[in-house]
This record gives sequence, C-alpha cells and structure tokens, in this order.
Amino acid sequence: MSLLIGIPKETFAGEKRVASVPEVVVKLVKLGFAVAVESSAGEAANFADEDYRAAGAEVLPGAADVWARADIVFKVRPPTLDEVGMLREGATLIGFVWPAQHPELMEALQARKATVLAIDCLPRQLSRAQKMDALSSMAGISGYRAVIEAANAFGRFFNGQITAAGKIPPARVFIAGAGVAGLAAIGTAANLGAVVRANDTRAEVADQVVSLGGEFVKVDYDEEGSGGGGYAKVMSEGFQAAQRAMYAREAKDADIVITTALIPGKPAPKLITAEMVQSMKPGSVIVDLAAEQGGNCELTVPGEAVVRHGVTIIGYTDLVSRLARQSSTLYSNNLLRLTEELCKAKDGNIVVNFEDDAIRGLTVVKEGELTWPAPPPKLPAASTKSKASNAPLTAPKGHGHGAGEPMSVKSLAIVFGVGALLFLLVGLYAPASFLTHFTVFVLACFVGYMVVWNVTPSLHTPLMSVTNAISSIIAIGALVQIAPPLADGAGDRPGGLIGVLAFVAITLTAVNMFGGFAVTRRMLAMFRK
Amino acid sequence: MTSSLATVSYIGATILFILSLGGLAHPETARRGNLFGIAGMSIAVLATVFGPQVGMGGIPWIVIALVIGAAVGLYAAKKVQMTQMPELVALMHSLVGLAACLVGFASYVDTSVVFPTAAEKTIHEVEIYIGILIGAVTFSGSLVAFAKLSGKLGGKPLLLPARHWLNLAGLVLVILLGRWFLNTHSIWAGMALLLVMTVIALAFGVHMVMAIGGADMPVVVSMLNSYSGWAAAATGFMLGNDLLIVVGALVGSSGAILSYIMCRAMNRNFISVIAGGFGSGGGASVTAADGSEPAGEVTSISAVDTADLLRDAKNVVIVPGYGMAVAQAQHVVCEIVNVLRGQGVAVRFAIHPVAGRMPGHMNVLLAEAKVPYDIVLEMDEINEDFPDTDVAIVIGANDIVNPAAQEDPGSPIAGMPVLEVWKARTSIVMKRSMASGYAGVDNPLFYKENNRMLFGDARKMLDEVLGALSA
Repeated sequence: MSLLIGIPKETFAGEKRVASVPEVVVKLVKLGFAVAVESSAGEAANFADEDYRAAGAEVLPGAADVWARADIVFKVRPPTLDEVGMLREGATLIGFVWPAQHPELMEALQARKATVLAIDCLPRQLSRAQKMDALSSMAGISGYRAVIEAANAFGRFFNGQITAAGKIPPARVFIAGAGVAGLAAIGTAANLGAVVRANDTRAEVADQVVSLGGEFVKVDYDEEGSGGGGYAKVMSEGFQAAQRAMYAREAKDADIVITTALIPGKPAPKLITAEMVQSMKPGSVIVDLAAEQGGNCELTVPGEAVVRHGVTIIGYTDLVSRLARQSSTLYSNNLLRLTEELCKAKDGNIVVNFEDDAIRGLTVVKEGELTWPAPPPKLPAASTKSKASNAPLTAPKGHGHGAGEPMSVKSLAIVFGVGALLFLLVGLYAPASFLTHFTVFVLACFVGYMVVWNVTPSLHTPLMSVTNAISSIIAIGALVQIAPPLADGAGDRPGGLIGVLAFVAITLTAVNMFGGFAVTRRMLAMFRK
Repeated sequence: MTSSLATVSYIGATILFILSLGGLAHPETARRGNLFGIAGMSIAVLATVFGPQVGMGGIPWIVIALVIGAAVGLYAAKKVQMTQMPELVALMHSLVGLAACLVGFASYVDTSVVFPTAAEKTIHEVEIYIGILIGAVTFSGSLVAFAKLSGKLGGKPLLLPARHWLNLAGLVLVILLGRWFLNTHSIWAGMALLLVMTVIALAFGVHMVMAIGGADMPVVVSMLNSYSGWAAAATGFMLGNDLLIVVGALVGSSGAILSYIMCRAMNRNFISVIAGGFGSGGGASVTAADGSEPAGEVTSISAVDTADLLRDAKNVVIVPGYGMAVAQAQHVVCEIVNVLRGQGVAVRFAIHPVAGRMPGHMNVLLAEAKVPYDIVLEMDEINEDFPDTDVAIVIGANDIVNPAAQEDPGSPIAGMPVLEVWKARTSIVMKRSMASGYAGVDNPLFYKENNRMLFGDARKMLDEVLGALSA
C-alpha cells in the first residue's frame, strides 16, 4: 500500500511558493508514493497543473479534497486552524511550523492525532541534516534577493568605474550578521562589484566572509557569540555598547546596509537605531531581513518599503516568494531528501524513526503526542571525542627526511650492544684478509645510509632504478671468472663450465646495466620545473 | 694494466657511484647523478677487462655477452611504458639475483683459487653459500613481484597455513645444509648440496613475495632492490673484490632505507610487512572495523558538474593513486591542469609516499606528462592546506585518503598517515566502483557530506571533464 502525498495551494497572503515542484513529484512517485496537487497550487511559482499531471500527480480541484485524502501533507507556511480542521485524523504534516510561535496550532494538530515534522526544527548542526535544511536554502535566497532589492532602490551603480563621463566610486555595502542569508548577500553584493564589509558576533565566520569577497569588521570587545545550533546568542552589555559604536560607524560610511541578525525564539535585536539612520547619506538603502521578527532597524515597517530621513528602509517579508520558482524548487528538494530519509525502503511508506537524531529533532508531534522540544542530539559530544582521539593518532607521522626523531636510549643501547657482540665474534674468529674487506663493507653501508636519506621522495623511483643499474656491478665478478690468466698449477680447473656460467652472468648483468641506466636517463629527462 | 692501476680505477669508480646516489637528492642534479653512475660503471668494467684478472682469450666472449645484453637492455628501456616501471625494475632485480647465483656456482667449482689456511677456505665457502642464497631469493622473489605487478598474478596475498613455520623450517634446513656443505670435501657432493639449498631459497623467495599484498608492493620492490645489493656484496666477499663489496653495500643499504621510509609512511612495522599478509592481520581488527561500518549514502556527480566545480574553484588539489597509472590518465590530468592554470586556478598535486606500486611512482608518471614538479607536493607539505582547498580530486586512490586511519582505532590501517582530502570544501573521488582498496578496508570518505563520487574509468571521465572545461 502506498501513501498519498497531498500538496495544497498556500493560503498565506503574498505567499507564492509551492511545497513540491513537478520535477520533484517525479522522484516522489519513484519512491512509491502517490501525489495529489490542488489545482493552481503552483501557478504563482510558474508551474502549471499540466506540468504536475505530466509528472505523474493527480490534480484535485479544491483544497478540501487534498487535505481530506492525503496521508502526508507537504506545506510551506504553517497551516491555518481551518486547514488543520480539514486534515485527516492520523495524517502526517511536513512543513514550517514554528511551534514556539504557534501554541494554539500545536494543540489543534495534537487534537487531530497528527504526526508533524517541522522543517524549522531540524537539528542543523548535524552535517547529515544539511540536505534537508530548508531554513538555509530559503535564507540563501532571501540574502540574494535582499541585494537585488537594495540595488533596485539604490540610485547608483554597485561597481566602481572610470568613464569618460567621470569617475564612479563603488557602492559600500555593510552586512550585519553572516549567517546563510548574510553570506549569500555578501557574495551577491561582492559579485556586483560593491565594497562589502560584514560583521557577526560569531568570530569563526570571519574566514567565510573573506572567502566570499567581503571584509570582516570586528567589534573591539572580547566575547564569543556562538550559541549552539549555528545561531548566535544574546551578548553582554559591554559587548553591545562596543557593537553599537561599530554599527554607528559602519552605517555612516555605508551606502547600503543589509541586516540579517536573528536569535531563535526572541524578537530580532535592534542593531540600527533612528540616529544611525539619520547619520546615513540621503539615497542610502537599508534592507531588513529580520522584519518578520520585528526588524533589526528601529524604523522598519514589516512588509513595506518606507523612506525615513532620506533613507529607503525595505522591510519586505516575502523576499523568498519574490523568487518563487527558485525557492519552491529548493524547498521541495529539501522535503524530498527528508522523505527519502523517512522512506528508506522506497516502498511508498514512511517510518518516523526516533533513533535517528535528525528525524527526532524534526518531529514535534507524533501521533497526537507532543514531542517538542526534542532533546539535543548526541553529536557534539561525539565530535569532541573524535577530535581528542585524532591527536594521538596523527602524532607519529614523521617522514622521509633526516633520520627522524632520535631513538630512545634503551633501543640505542640494545642496537649498540648487539653490534658490539657481532664485531667481537668477527674479531675473534675471522682471518686478517677478511677483516680488510669487512672494514670496507661496514664503511660502505654507512656511506649508503647517509647518502640515501637526502634523496627527495619524488626521486625514489629514479633512485631505485639507478641503484638497480649500479648493482649490475656484479658483472665484475663474472668478468674475472671468465678467463683468468691461469697459473700453471691449476690444470684441473673446469674452465668450460665456469666460462659458460660467467658468460650467461655477464649477459644478464649487461641487460640490467644498460637497461637500468637508459631507463633512469629517460625518467630523469622528464623531470622539469 | 697493472694491478695497482686497476685498484685505483676501482676507487675512482666507487667515488663516482657515491656521487651518483648523492646526485639523485635533487631533480636539478639527478641527471648528472645518472651520468656519474654510467661513468663509474664504464671505468669499473674497462679496468676489470683490461686488468690483470682477465686473460686475452676471454675478451671476445665478454664483448659478445655485453653486446647481447646491451641490445636487450636498451630495447627494453626504450619500449617500456612509464606506468610499467615497477614491473621492469622488479624484473631487472631478478637478473641481478640470477647472476649472483651463477657467479657463486662458478666460484665454487673454480679450483684455481688456493687458500693459505683452512679458516679462509671455510669463510670463502660460507660466502659462496650466502651469496647464492641471497641471489636465489632475490631471483625468485623478483619474478613473483614482477608477475604480481604486471597483473599476471593476483594482488591478493597468498597465505599458506602455518606459513611462518614453513619459513622457519626452511631457514633451519638451510642452516643444517650449510653445516653439511662446509664439511664435505668432494666438489660434486658440495655442488649437490648447493643445488638443494638453491631450490629451497627459490621456494622461500616465491613464498615470501606471494604472501605480501599488493598495497605493500612499494616496500617489496625496494626490499628486493636491497637484496640485489647484498647479493653483490656477498659476491664481492667471495671473490675478494672491494669494488663489489662497496657498491653492493651502497645499493643494499639504500634499498633497506627506502623500504624503511615506505614502511614508516604506512605506519607499519618493517618486519610485519616482510612477514607478509596485510589485511589478514587477525580477526580482531576486522571485527572491530565491522562495528563502525561507515553508514550513509554516496552522492555521485557527473563529469560536467565536476568541470563546473573546478572552474569555480580558486584552489584545487589533485591526489593521484594507482588508478591513474592503470588508466594511463596522467596526460589528460596534465591538460586539465594546464587549462585550469590558464584560468587562474591554483592547482597542486598531493603525493602520498606509498601512492602507486613503487616508491615515487606517481612523481614519475606526472613528470612523464610534463607536470612541472614544483606544483607536485608531498603529503607533509600539503596536508595542512586542505582546509583552504576548494576542490580536492582523488584519482584512483583509496586507502591513502581513508579517514578511518585517523578516526577509527579499530581499522586495519589505523595510524597510517593519510591525505586529509575530506577537509577540503568539496572532495571528488574518481573510482570505477565502490570496491575497497588493496587494504580491503571500507572508506568512510565516500559517505561524507562534502564528498562526490565520479564513477567510471578515470581516463574516460577525465577526458569528459577536459571537454567540458575547454567548451
């Protein structure tokens, strides 16, 4: 039996997104689900009913039908209480819910015995969860759009130019908050040619800011602002004073200010005061991405663009909907990844597995029971542990050059002891003629040892082939055997046999000798700077 | 040529050989090093041929032998593909081993050498015995290594039951035979014993290399290189020739050090590599690895998307492995590098010390493709740069980029230094399939969030990437 996924049209005013686009519907059908779409659900995002039909979905005329028949409902915005009333008992709802802000919605959902997966409750610090992170994908879009809106309202170019008609200075953009939205804004503004400066209370994002072409502005105050889950936390009073001074300075110089500062579950921090707006040049633009949560600027009017003290303050709350086709596609891909996690068997059924940290975090209501807020996932503890165990493992990676770290006294003593014993044995029993050869031998070993340590690893192969060629010095042994000038007394020497053996040996070593040197030469000729 | 003149020539040749090895320390001086080697060898051979130890009657034979050998050797050196270097080197080691055996036998049957004391005669016989022993082991071991490297034999270690006991029994037998050999006075009885010992040594060489897995081949090749040196040194002792002793010792110790460097690069004990059977290291480690099977899904990527990633990157690191050699992909890699560098992308190569089947194998291939060697870096030089790298491409390598070596203490390759490609923003692994590497260990890298798999033949895939890049 396969479940039916229902995609109703979004009812929130100005919302143009749709929870699933035709190309994702195809993949949902492949996973074994049936899909029903409300007529004209995708219209605002430029997806026609025809496209959905072609993708294998059924198109139903009214919202009530979709809500009543669906086993799983994909939504973008949190459902209204009316919509929850239409939801089938025991069905599953997946979408943005914001449980903290909507207590009565949560109660209604529990009353319907629903299972609710709130995409906004995803434990974002799990790297595995990134593919489902709709907050990030939406934030990226709003960051991009914020710059576009700012450019629209701003009366000048972003990039600096020197033209016959005069010199145009580049626009100066200041971005408060370098989360996903802030980073997207930094990248977009920098690509348009603006001079971009950005600030965040979390010092670790400085590198990311720089990597996108921005400059990181530090607050002259020491405090770390990472608050877990990838969000910033509320900072101390002293820090805030220093931060205000910095913002005042930056706002005064900037042509465009984009604010993205959010603290989960709290109203947005007021970063830009009325005085700061006053200090800005006329014609400047502020885009407040936190408008929906009250705004980062004191003068923001949520949902509107207003002009105060000659500065355009944009507080649109529908930036994401302004790129409805793009945002719908990304959002439905996030939901698709989530569905894949829920439906590992690809049989059109879902399993809400509470052993899975990501799923556990997402699930705010399970079969009518409140399961929110979820316990924090176990991951951070595990990752610190693995960091700790990394250190001793990576430590012993000495390599190649020089004789490495000195041996311990004990093993040195053992080596010397064994060496001394061997030399003693040799000294006791070996005749003098052997000892001269032995001296040469030992010294040569040491010379080889000293010389070879200096060879760079990239030349190890040529080294091997040259030593191989040199080892054909054994030819000397065969040469002296093949036809020595004989003394008279050694008539019974089996000269024929020795000659044959020596001849073969010379031939073999000659192959090695010439071949070895030639191939080394060929190899070395290839090394070039 | 007088005896003194020959000796002085030998000293000159010795110095040239030492300079030759020293010259290989740097790419700038390496070619000169090779010339020194050739000069040393010519002097040594000429001084011997025209020296007091070779009669006029032998010279035609010597010339014929040298001409035949030179023809074969030069032809082989000219024809060999750079990807086949490990095989060629292994095959050449076997020739030295065989020559050492032959010289040993010839020396034993040579009755013209007279010894003033019994002790000296005994020592001479011990030298012959050891020389033939090492020569035979080198010969058969190198042949097996050649067969394994050229794919005529599988790379998997062959593990006979009780193999350590077999080796020990062989050793004891060889020692007993040696005692017996020293006590025989008839040449032909001694000859028979020598032949028996040679057979045992040959079997030992085969068994030793058969038991070593493909991943340890760099160690084996350099170890056999070392053996051929010791064989030459033993021959030097038996003939009382200092030049042979010196050069043999040089080659022997250099090979031994190279093996040691390779072992250290894999964080393996030299003895355990030689004793063989990597990946079979006891059931304990295997079960431990089972407990932490990397889970998750693999994200694949197309060649066109790879090209896009590369074009947008600022910093690219390429990690080649044996797969690049097999697919002969080094030239395409080089062209991709040239295109990217032309577009202002910083491209570098990261070479793991044991990448490939022979020490320095990757460097030779990249040099053949004319990749400038100053962008080819060693593991220690580049490992800390991975966090600043946008894209790391792994071409046909597996174990050397396995994060399990650092993260999973139960893994068979735990503690082996690896290239930390997973720290790059995106890593792309080019592989034929999901099969594990020579160590037989699964690779958690493939399941990492920022990793993409580009499945297919490395050459074909890289051709497509190049096409997409230049389009």
